[in-house]
Amino acid sequence: MAWNLSSDRPIYAQILEVIQLRIITGQYKAGEKIPSVRELAAEAGVNPNTMQKALTELERSRLVMAQRTSGRIVTEDKEMIREIRNQLAGSYLREFVDRMKELGFDKEEIVLLLKEQKGEKNE
Amino acid sequence: MSELVEIRNLTKVYEKKKVALDHLNLTIPRGKIIGLLGPNGSGKTTLIKLINGLLVANEGEVTVDGNKPGAETKSIVSYLPERTYFQNSMKVKELIEFFSDFYQDFRKERARQMLANLNISEDARLKTLSKGTKEKVQLIMVMSRDAQLYILDEPIAGVDPAARDYILKTIISNYNENATVIISTHLISDIEKILDEVIFIRDGRVLLQETVEEIRANKGKSVDAYFREVFAC
Repeated sequence: MAWNLSSDRPIYAQILEVIQLRIITGQYKAGEKIPSVRELAAEAGVNPNTMQKALTELERSRLVMAQRTSGRIVTEDKEMIREIRNQLAGSYLREFVDRMKELGFDKEEIVLLLKEQKGEKNE
Repeated sequence: MSELVEIRNLTKVYEKKKVALDHLNLTIPRGKIIGLLGPNGSGKTTLIKLINGLLVANEGEVTVDGNKPGAETKSIVSYLPERTYFQNSMKVKELIEFFSDFYQDFRKERARQMLANLNISEDARLKTLSKGTKEKVQLIMVMSRDAQLYILDEPIAGVDPAARDYILKTIISNYNENATVIISTHLISDIEKILDEVIFIRDGRVLLQETVEEIRANKGKSVDAYFREVFAC
């Protein structure tokens, strides 16, 4: 998951999303250490204070935990990671449905389209 | 601990009554990366030169870490001027020795590492280097000090985009947590992601000082877009 950060909305919220995705997709595994603030800031090309803020927010949600010595690890709670994955799927779905409704499709039509889409791919 | 830089009522008038700074007030905290932004002739370089003690103010005062500009402040401020000032006949490695003689906080190993990363030979004479490479060398020298305040006047204007990214990463990974970096530039979109705060100046006065995340959250636009709006001609 690359850092495709846009300058027209808060960077820290976007960083949060990228790190969440990295945890969900297993790039950072449950119970394992994640890179330091400096390393992540340099990799993403962002201000270290902004990166710090995003990581503090992730600590608050308990997705990552500060180690007593130094650094941070991903939570070992796989259930929590699954839950965040579901939340994210939910918000993608809502966005998708909203856009389809804008185009004038109702729920049944959307479901139908999704099934057709699936069929096409299996061919 | 006092603020890192305090500026009160600072006024600079050049010959022919050209007012460059007009009773300017500014406080610069520790541990931040700050963009100093303003149109041409707004007073950015004059302000920077006053902080470095290279000009004398007509009125008002500047303090850095509680001291007026002088030998003490120069030992904690690392300054990258607009133009290069090196002796062209020098070799890169002689420059390293030169800086290391001048500044106690100069870290030779850090400079060598960065030069190697950018494939710049220590045996090269400065006059054989391109303009962009010379700028890179100069920035490496400035960032290789363990200073408390780095003042970079147009640090990336002459270098290619790939080296720009490397230089920004260098700035992020090199400054220590309590140090502050002031970057004056027109290339806002290239640097805004590494900034904490921006200071907009116009006609020798501070127009605004705000965190970049506040601008993004409150205005819903990038600092670059906001700058264009504020300074629209």
